[in-house]
Amino acid sequence: MSVVTTTRDAGSGLAPSTIAVRSWKAPIAFAIFTVLGAVLFIALARGGDTTYRLSNDGDAIVLPPIVLPADATGIATVVLMAAIAVYAFLLVRSVRKVPLWLTTIFAILFLLGFLTWAAAGSTVPLVGLLAGALTVSTPLIFGSLGGVISERVGVVNIAIEGQLLAGAFVAAMVATLTGSAIVGLLAAMVAGALVSVILASFAIKYLVDQVIVGVVLNVLVIGLTSFFYSTVMVADPDLFNKPARFERLTIPLLSDIPILGPILFNQTIIVYIMFALVPTVWFALFKTRWGLRLRSVGEHPKAADTVGINVRATRFWNVLLAGAIVGGGGAFFTLAAIGSFTKEMTNGAGFIALAAVIFGQWNPIKATLAALLFGFATNLQSTLSIVGSPVPSEFMLMLPYLVTIFAVAGLVGISRPPAASGKPYIKS
Amino acid sequence: MSDDTTKPSGAEAHEQTSAEAVHEQVVAHETGRDASEPPVPRGNQILKEIFGGSAAISVLAVVLALIVGGILIVMTDEAVAEASGYFFSRPLDTLTAAWDAVAGAYSALFRGSVFNYLRADDLVAAFRPITETLANATPLIAAGLGVALAFRVGLFNIGGRGQMLIAAAAAGYVGAYIPMPPVIHLIVALVIGIIGGALWGGLVGLLKARTGAHEVIVTIMHNYIAFYLVSFLLRTPGALQAPGQNNPKSGPMLETAQFPSLLGEQYNLNIGFILVILATIYTWYLLNRSALGFRFRAVGENPHAAQVAGINVKTVYVQVMLIAGGLVGLAGVYQVLGNFTGGFAAGLDAGIGFTAITVALLGRSKAWGVFFAGILFGALQAGSYTMQAAEGIPVDIVLVVQSFIVLFIAAPPLVRSIFRLPTPDPLFRWRTPKLDRVSEVSK
Repeated sequence: MSVVTTTRDAGSGLAPSTIAVRSWKAPIAFAIFTVLGAVLFIALARGGDTTYRLSNDGDAIVLPPIVLPADATGIATVVLMAAIAVYAFLLVRSVRKVPLWLTTIFAILFLLGFLTWAAAGSTVPLVGLLAGALTVSTPLIFGSLGGVISERVGVVNIAIEGQLLAGAFVAAMVATLTGSAIVGLLAAMVAGALVSVILASFAIKYLVDQVIVGVVLNVLVIGLTSFFYSTVMVADPDLFNKPARFERLTIPLLSDIPILGPILFNQTIIVYIMFALVPTVWFALFKTRWGLRLRSVGEHPKAADTVGINVRATRFWNVLLAGAIVGGGGAFFTLAAIGSFTKEMTNGAGFIALAAVIFGQWNPIKATLAALLFGFATNLQSTLSIVGSPVPSEFMLMLPYLVTIFAVAGLVGISRPPAASGKPYIKS
Repeated sequence: MSDDTTKPSGAEAHEQTSAEAVHEQVVAHETGRDASEPPVPRGNQILKEIFGGSAAISVLAVVLALIVGGILIVMTDEAVAEASGYFFSRPLDTLTAAWDAVAGAYSALFRGSVFNYLRADDLVAAFRPITETLANATPLIAAGLGVALAFRVGLFNIGGRGQMLIAAAAAGYVGAYIPMPPVIHLIVALVIGIIGGALWGGLVGLLKARTGAHEVIVTIMHNYIAFYLVSFLLRTPGALQAPGQNNPKSGPMLETAQFPSLLGEQYNLNIGFILVILATIYTWYLLNRSALGFRFRAVGENPHAAQVAGINVKTVYVQVMLIAGGLVGLAGVYQVLGNFTGGFAAGLDAGIGFTAITVALLGRSKAWGVFFAGILFGALQAGSYTMQAAEGIPVDIVLVVQSFIVLFIAAPPLVRSIFRLPTPDPLFRWRTPKLDRVSEVSK
């Protein structure tokens, strides 16, 4: 599908100086989605109008709802999508890259067309849809940030699910016992880090395969939390499973911005921490000495060792840090979203976070966007099932996993993990 | 660290290797290609780790895991908590209570899994537990064989859940909705189910071979895709949903498709156990006596060497995932035709797909090893129900014990340091660095 043109230096004939990659993946993907859109929105048009409700009644600034005729919108989006596909085709033919903003616009167009088609004849509460998506995404984002750090330093983290679950359990228990949600959050971070200690010590000290440790840790955490849930929490829920919850903090002025305000600035402290954490992790990974060392250990541990970086220690402490971040995300389940612990309540969120790490190409910003996309797809499914959608909800829920398989199979973008990820470093 | 003996002594060795690393960098830069030899995939190293350990490690790992389980039981036991309130005045009370709790739990485990000595007057009831153990072990062994086979090629088959679900859906559809004459019905449903699992597994091998996609990620994602696919089919009338029902559940299996029981209706043990014995013999034959198995093991030991020797590694990946998927599929077929014969729901895999990984590890990825590991885990499962009923200990403790068994097995140095066992040399041979690498490149 892709053609690699290599020009070599005339003199040495050895080192490739410029490599231009002509990848047809983007135009082909665009074309497929355009055809899919044409089939759904035009051939299987459902008629009627779709109403987008932009604000709730109590908001400071109330926007009027937008009404889109389903059929016309479908045709318009398909035409625009086809234009973008053709433009991308021309770009690639002249050996230029398809920019990210073009892909983003294409994705938004497709989503708009899809939403208008699926909800034809009913009302979509846009604010509720997006706010719900953020709620679903929050633990995914924490999980994927931890996953990015862990994999960048060279330790595959399949145990994200276990770390989230451990964080959720410990947060519920400690916040109930101490009556303080903040202490619960800190305890959840310690719990996530403890799971990481097992992962790190088995993977780094005993050189056990990281995938095996990760898989086993998930089972172990499910077993331990379910065991203590059944023995301790069920026996006396008031004493052990009624955590103090984080209240929503409304930021004045900002929360009055139409649409965005209620979504972004009327949240719990955990979400605000997340807003700060994503750019921080990105900056730390790519702009600081710590990040450079971390990445060098994950890409080429031997070279890092040669220049005096302690590979094992770097891996150990950063895997712990990653665990603490994921554990803090687990606290979101019990301290913000749901309010009490139940058996296996993370329900595969850790694996979606893992998918986001891969789909986001091991980059904190892209992984966050991927987690938001997956959270949106999950929440869209529940919204559509309320308004009565023609697409079975199972297929919407399947989407993150399907997309990830396409990503690792190289059909969407490039999927290249850190070179030394998953390989133990044995100092010779 | 317990591996001090294996480290080259002192700074001299370190200096030498650093220089070597730098030299390698330089060579790599000058020649414009990667100077190091192709790395041996991770899965192959773990293989050596798995076979390097001895049977003693397995036994000790089980003992250690049961001790950890005992600690959990003591921690949550009410009598112990009460007695520990006056620990300093009468410490013996706490110890007695702790002993009673653990002894009560593990004797209940024994009664539920091997022989119920409390009902020795009634032979059926007394011997029922051991048949329950074998019945519980049946799907674990089948799925464990599938995971173990993939391990031998250096692949991680975490997709047991998905392969079971697809196989179960295929077999369940034939078993519940397509009437056929007696024996033929069972065989057709069984074969269709195994083919379903094989195709779902083979897809992973195909993706790995054609695109290089990592099988761990693909199998994890496949699990969820299969789960939602089967959930969808189970709530769609005309697909798998029982006619005239609203629950996402299939109709009951027809009499002709059900696995006939082995020891009569009073026991749950059925012909599935015979099928699993056959599957074990087949896997043993495949790996140890057949040309295909030889290719499998060659790729598992070192895919690069196998490729040089003329083995098509990509074909082997597809072949092994087809067979592994089929074996795991047998577990799925057993669940619908032998276990949940009254109709199945999307939770039919009951965690077997993941437990199978631990079974394969405990069995050291050898056919008969998996067989006995499966029986041990089947016993733990059968006994856990008695433990919950008699002592009020949640069945989840089995998950904890199982995962500790695997953690201890996977880290032989840890078990050795706990029991102060000597370190056998062969286990650590693969760790010694290859010092002649640079000279080879510069020639």
